[in-house]
Amino acid sequence: MESAWDAVKALASGFAATFMHLLRKPITEEYPEFKRQLPARSRARIILTRDPDGGERCVACYLCSAVCPVNCISMEAAERADGRRYAAWFRINFGRCIYCGLCEEACPTAAIQLTPDYEFCKKNILEFVYEKEDLLVDHQGKDPDYNFYKYAGVSTSVADKGEHINEEDPVSIRSNLT
Amino acid sequence: MLIWLAGFVILMVKLVAVLLLLVIGAAYLVWLERKFLARLQIRYGPNRAGKYGLLQPLADVVKMLTKEDTVPQGADSLFFKLAPAVVAGTAFMMFAVVPLGSDFTLFGKRVPMVVADLNIGLLFVFAMSSLGVYGVAIGGWASNSKYSLLGGIRGAAQMISYELALGLSLVPIVMLAQSFSLVDIVTAQESYPFILVQPLAFMIFVVSAMAESKRIPFDLPEAENELNAGFHTEYSGMRFGLFFLGEYVNMIVLGAIVAVLFLGGWRGPLLPPTVWLILKIVPVALFMIWVRGTLPRLRYDQLMTLGWKVLVPAALVNIVLTAAVGLL
Repeated sequence: MESAWDAVKALASGFAATFMHLLRKPITEEYPEFKRQLPARSRARIILTRDPDGGERCVACYLCSAVCPVNCISMEAAERADGRRYAAWFRINFGRCIYCGLCEEACPTAAIQLTPDYEFCKKNILEFVYEKEDLLVDHQGKDPDYNFYKYAGVSTSVADKGEHINEEDPVSIRSNLT
Repeated sequence: MLIWLAGFVILMVKLVAVLLLLVIGAAYLVWLERKFLARLQIRYGPNRAGKYGLLQPLADVVKMLTKEDTVPQGADSLFFKLAPAVVAGTAFMMFAVVPLGSDFTLFGKRVPMVVADLNIGLLFVFAMSSLGVYGVAIGGWASNSKYSLLGGIRGAAQMISYELALGLSLVPIVMLAQSFSLVDIVTAQESYPFILVQPLAFMIFVVSAMAESKRIPFDLPEAENELNAGFHTEYSGMRFGLFFLGEYVNMIVLGAIVAVLFLGGWRGPLLPPTVWLILKIVPVALFMIWVRGTLPRLRYDQLMTLGWKVLVPAALVNIVLTAAVGLL
């Protein structure tokens, strides 16, 4: 008898809960009229960022392309006169991209980044093939200060041997032996 | 000959009217269900197609009619195609005996406001709802799919079990009205509706009716999360639409029968009788939707326990009590 009374009480509380919902205003966010600002680190359309000095961050190391589970990133490496590497062409096929963010994790120079721009639909699937000029932006994305060539031990126009951050002067091979 | 012809025309007019009422009613019951269920879950429900989503049923019909009609490989084509028609057809047939108002006279001849005033109306309803089980069972079997077969078996077992409680719960009503005809039962409720003297029968009937129309918490034949869609897993396009239509027509019919048997049918002050009948069907439907928004699905053994160990004995006790009171 006790358990039957409990069951009735449980049923009544359930019906009361749904009835109270009837009196509440729906909490639905109606999409095209209301667009929620997604968190900065949510994963949608991919961009290629620049360093604070305006140079391309991408050094065409192929790590993003290698880690991509759907093989949607392709590029060709090239080198500038001062020794900086860059991508001669860089292509992302967003028709295949699954927005997993592994490319962003793999990138050693914080060049490739995912943005919260989720409104990314097209009628023509061929328009989803983005070339380098479509991907490249004029800001630093989520990492405002980082410039790879200020840390890398490569001599470029940014910094020469021994001038990089936390780098000691180059050791002379001959003096090192004595 | 002329009288026969006039009768035929009147019958046709009544058929068309009832059919239109039911189809439009079922379409907008779907809309009502989606809207009301959404509000129970703090959502808006459909609100894009037309004002308040009122064109949603129309959009759904267009969608279903234009979808491809597929018959799976290995399915028994004839029975596969027959099953949805059985479900929808029996649901429509049941409404034939529901009186929509008092008799009226046309050219000095008495015309009842019902498609068919059968003296065994109630038995006809049960016969049709039993035949509806065939639609579910055949559809489940003919699909040649394990999900469908399981859904069909469950549907047959559930509907046969609850048919018993459904029928037994109405025996006291028949005892009170002294007739199986729904028209006579409404007439018998001239002074007071039967819900006042038969609350137990009312509760048993409503619970069994929900089980009979395969609605949550009794939707084991469909059971989305175990059986995909149960007996109609393999159906597409308008054949699925017919199952859907059948389910909602069934809901209207069972609501109408609740109204006729317990709430006094079309009786009511001021408004025309048919409006009163609809006004009584809608709260029954809303209650069924409220239950759907609140309760989780029963387990198979709980379903059987509720049917055989609670509802059937309670209905039997109710019959004996009614008989005893009647004898006093």
